[in-house]
Amino acid sequence: MFRRFFLLVALAFAALSPPVGAQQKLVVAQSELSFVSKQMGVPVEGKFRKFEAELNFEPKKPEISKIAFTVDLASIDIGNTETEKELGKSGWFDSLKIPQAKFTSTAIKSLGGAKFEVTGKLAIKGNTRDVTAPITLTQAGGVTTARGEFTVKRLEFKIGDGDWNDTSLVANEVVVKLKLTMTGMSAL
Amino acid sequence: MNSSVAASSRYSPVAIILHWLLAVMIVASFCVGLYMTDLAMSPQRLKLFNWHKWAGIVILALSAVRLLWRLSHRAPLLPVSMPGWQVAASNAVHALLYVLFFAVPLSGWAYSNAAGFPIVLFALIPLPDLLEKNRELADTIKALHHWLAYGLAICVVLHIIAALKHQWIDKDGLISRMWPMSSR
Ligand code: HEM
Ligand code: HEM
Repeated sequence: MFRRFFLLVALAFAALSPPVGAQQKLVVAQSELSFVSKQMGVPVEGKFRKFEAELNFEPKKPEISKIAFTVDLASIDIGNTETEKELGKSGWFDSLKIPQAKFTSTAIKSLGGAKFEVTGKLAIKGNTRDVTAPITLTQAGGVTTARGEFTVKRLEFKIGDGDWNDTSLVANEVVVKLKLTMTGMSAL
Repeated sequence: MNSSVAASSRYSPVAIILHWLLAVMIVASFCVGLYMTDLAMSPQRLKLFNWHKWAGIVILALSAVRLLWRLSHRAPLLPVSMPGWQVAASNAVHALLYVLFFAVPLSGWAYSNAAGFPIVLFALIPLPDLLEKNRELADTIKALHHWLAYGLAICVVLHIIAALKHQWIDKDGLISRMWPMSSR
């Protein structure tokens, strides 16, 4: 009986003790997650339509802030159905088997002003690598917009390995661009 | 413009060089176009697509040179013995060919852009986009490129049949007007 009560209290505390900025939400419709990959010198742009984020970002206390990101790989849009189908296959994203890419921050550092550096683990297709992304925030009318850009090496995630590992055809570097619109964040 | 009879019975060397260079390039691009679209997605296919595009852009540029040359240099007159309808047919097919030398590559270029692929000639020189990325439009223009290319192929076949008819049936030596080495 006593133990049960104790557990309940502990649970209640866990639920109540607010993680920083508990009601922070990503406005997916106004956010963009896009990338540019180069094929034989041709920049090919794409984006992911479906993604979610768990945000606990406190601009004044970046060290205790946390963000996590989930991307539905099958929601890829590069404007060309043939290529999109190909990208779902095992040589590329293998999105049937592992449908999501995940990013979990491990450290967020202030670079002064509205600039931050987010470091974390990016997992795609069962491969996890550290990535670092510089992020700049702008705030207006209760809405916070984060923009950033970073580069991933596709072969580190085995994206397009095997037949497609020739980087003179498809460059290893893929530039990822973020524009995240969020509500509920405290002022900078 | 040369007024001597001998010279005006043949196309100029520039016209002859462009004719044969472009004939080879266009026939090759057509064949590569047919072949590459049948391949499953592979590095080979990506390479052929880009080579096809680069060749097509070079064809477009050379066709512009050729058109300017043609407009500034008169073609040799056709034999007076030729029936009027054949002269008209020859003129019509030549005009149509010239139109397609532009329409086919331009539709290919526009299709690429609509499908989300800018053209970077020889992987070095980025060319401007003719259109923005647009999935539905891309499908339409893809079909257009296909049919224009087939139209071009039909004109080329008619053209070659006519040239061979002159050579083997009329035996009027017309091909020598466009042949690199003249026999007469
Ligand atoms: C005179 C020059 C050209 C010729 C004769 C030609 C001919 C062809 C042919 C026969 C096809 C196959 C069509 C089919 O079976 O559906 C094709 C496809 C294609 N062409 Fe061209 N083409 C030319 C120039 C260009 C240029 C300049 C570009 C782009 C810059 C281009 C881009 C394409 C593309 C992307 C396809 C693939 C369409 C698909 O995915 O089905 N072509 N071309
Ligand atoms: C076996 C192949 C070919 C032969 C024997 C051939 C022969 C000829 C001849 C004899 C002429 C001159 C006609 C005249 O005197 O009025 C000519 C003109 C022309 N040919 Fe061909 N040709 C061939 C292939 C092609 C191909 C593949 C193309 C296009 C892709 C082409 C495009 C043209 C054009 C546009 C002209 C008109 C040139 C002008 O008046 O500016 N030919 N060809």
